[in-house]
Amino acid sequence: MMATRRRLLLLAPLGVAMAGGAGFYAMLRGMTAGTFDPRGVPSMLVGHRVPPFALPGLTDADLAAGTQPVVVNFFASWCVPCIEEAPALAMLHDAGATLYGIAYKDQASKTAAFLDRHGHPYARVAADAPGRVAIDWGVTGVPETYVIDKAGIVRWHFAGPLTPAQVDGAILPLLKRYA
Amino acid sequence: MLDFPEIGHFALALAVAFALAQAVLPLYGAWRRDARLIQSAPPLALGQLIALATAFGCLVWSSVSDDFSVLNVAENSHTLKPLLYKITGAWGNHEGSTLLWCLILAGCGGAVALFGTELPQALRARVIGVLGATACGFELFALTASNPFVRLWPPPLDGRDMNPLLQDPGLAFHPPILYIGYVGFAVPFAFAVAALLEGRVDAAWGRWVRPWTLGAWCCLTGGIALGSWWAYYELGWGGFWFWDPVENASLLPWLTGTALLHSAIVVEKREALKTWTVLLAIATFSLSLSGTFLVRSGILNSVHSFANDPARGVFILALLALVIGGSLLLFAFRAPRLAASGIFAPVSREGALVLNNVLLCSIAAVVLTGTIYPLFADLLLGEKISVGPPFFNATVLPLAVPVFAAMSLGPMLSWKRAALRPVLFRLWWAALAALAIGLFAATRARLLPTLAFGAAAWIVLGAATDLVERVRLFRQPLRASAQRLAGLRRASFGTTIAHAGMGITIAGVAGMSLASERIALVHPGETVSLAGYQWTLRDLHDAPGPNYAARVATIAISRDGHPVVTLAPERRAFPVQRITTTEAKISTNLVRDLYAVLGDERDGAAVLRLHVNPLAPWIWLGGLVMAMGGLVSLSDRGLRVGAPARRAVAADAARA
Repeated sequence: MMATRRRLLLLAPLGVAMAGGAGFYAMLRGMTAGTFDPRGVPSMLVGHRVPPFALPGLTDADLAAGTQPVVVNFFASWCVPCIEEAPALAMLHDAGATLYGIAYKDQASKTAAFLDRHGHPYARVAADAPGRVAIDWGVTGVPETYVIDKAGIVRWHFAGPLTPAQVDGAILPLLKRYA
Repeated sequence: MLDFPEIGHFALALAVAFALAQAVLPLYGAWRRDARLIQSAPPLALGQLIALATAFGCLVWSSVSDDFSVLNVAENSHTLKPLLYKITGAWGNHEGSTLLWCLILAGCGGAVALFGTELPQALRARVIGVLGATACGFELFALTASNPFVRLWPPPLDGRDMNPLLQDPGLAFHPPILYIGYVGFAVPFAFAVAALLEGRVDAAWGRWVRPWTLGAWCCLTGGIALGSWWAYYELGWGGFWFWDPVENASLLPWLTGTALLHSAIVVEKREALKTWTVLLAIATFSLSLSGTFLVRSGILNSVHSFANDPARGVFILALLALVIGGSLLLFAFRAPRLAASGIFAPVSREGALVLNNVLLCSIAAVVLTGTIYPLFADLLLGEKISVGPPFFNATVLPLAVPVFAAMSLGPMLSWKRAALRPVLFRLWWAALAALAIGLFAATRARLLPTLAFGAAAWIVLGAATDLVERVRLFRQPLRASAQRLAGLRRASFGTTIAHAGMGITIAGVAGMSLASERIALVHPGETVSLAGYQWTLRDLHDAPGPNYAARVATIAISRDGHPVVTLAPERRAFPVQRITTTEAKISTNLVRDLYAVLGDERDGAAVLRLHVNPLAPWIWLGGLVMAMGGLVSLSDRGLRVGAPARRAVAADAARA
């Protein structure tokens, strides 16, 4: 009895180390897939309805239309990381996702030129020239991406350029789940 | 013409081959008792060391000679960078620092091969074999996932320059010292694993493992002190310890390493605490490994971290699982064989050392929890929380107070069984003096600094008392005392010095808590006062630097009309990296620091941040004294390690 207890006690360090290792592995996997971000500031919007807004080309009613989940991407022609995430957005487009773009503090002509040059993955593009909608959404900088379900509730949020790994690992599964 | 990066690349691959051989042949030889394979361990370890030193030398040379066809150099260097930073820049980035890390690990193997001649051949072969296996994994990582010799074609005309925060002499030498501390604990780890493989831990093992532990501990202590000093003057926030994950990552192995240092004494003198000491040796190196590498993976986020990459993190985690998991598995199966033979009463030198271990490990557990809890809360509960200084201060302090109290008592207790009363009686004057200092501090400070000043005095005076008692000062003629002093073992001096160093650090921390600070918008010619000093902004001017442009403020400081010193803090703009750094200027007289930082400018006026930090230099001075104590003790060991060890082995042989 004593001997068994001692043996179990001596196994404890291994158990602790393994649990810790498994946890760190899950974090690393999550970081690669974009589902876990240790430095990210969580969006207050996740789990809540999108704030009401009306931009030429897009309103909150469009997001809660009840037909399918959508991805909303804030971008700008003056933003270098937005060029970086173009391949990931193209992937989303090719996978058949509905992607709405909101051009943040941008001029219409420059937005059009940007889309000509780097690809046009969006089903609709709205212009938020004064950046007011972005404030309501809690956007801290461009690019920023939200996944919104059929009822218009924000399910996922990421600040920074998207990667193909995040599209595969996080966004597409979410779109499937809320379809 | 010689192509150094290619030679370096080849040497790195060669080192991996050496490490693999070093892992397999000696361990197999020790198992099969094959004398030739056992003998192969030292030359293989030296071969690996030479190969890695060549690789590292090639990397440094590529950096010094501005070879921008090497991607690593192109990304982190610049032709205008001063020579010192071209050299130190070689390890100021992820790939280079990984290579340095491997070089030090190879150095540990080489040191055991060169200086471990007194060790039994089989034990030495096993130690070197374990070091080789560990090195093999990390060199493979350097070669495949983090190769510093990757080429870039066509080479750019100039490099992208190094992070200006890292262009600082303090930080240039900080990583090597810190890494020697971290990696040095690989040797006690290898000894622990070798002992588990042999199924035997005895007094001789304790004696062999201690100098290596002590060496690593000295470097880690020095490294942490240097790092904290760098944060103090380079980051320009006036603080010295932020409970940042990177700082905690270096504190954790220091805490368990300090515990190991003390528990190994018990193994050596009394053949007790064997299982615990082996576990501590494994835990200390595991914490070193996890600390250095989890910071790199980007899981722990911090002001200090390099560019990080989760994909590399998976490779590192797999390595950690092999090294840590493997050794703990071995521990779980082999440790039951290590029976303790020495018994002791709760009040005894051993008892005090156990108390030290329990408290230090509790502090380590608390710090570890505070560091990784937010991550696991995020992972498991999806909650974002942050754990900051209030948590650490509130939890570490109650555990640290008994450590401070026991530090003076422990060394004066006798082995096996001791009485507390005579020891307390000898310390009455230290207690009285500590109380007096505490009372004096109480007139000008709040409760915590008061307690800390008292504790500092208690520790320093307690250490002095220990020395006084050992030489029987005042109880016999001075000459006899002097003779005893000359005959005293250096290890005793080491203990006294190291404990006193801790006291000095505590006094410094207590002094810092009385610091005063002022942020003011000042026009040239204006004067502000802080803590009895008058600070006059004389002028603001531009000054060119080698790879930056500086804006300098001249601040004349006087006290009661008498000029004290003139400080010239700078703001430096680095055009290549488009980063601005603040260069704080500090004037110290060892009792207080005058600290000035130049902030932004508005309408001809400058924002100045001024600090008066009492006793601040003592924090790092204490760390230095602690490391010195360790070195003094080590110099004793170097002489002693051979003779008694040989006798012990002979006695073992006679018994068998």
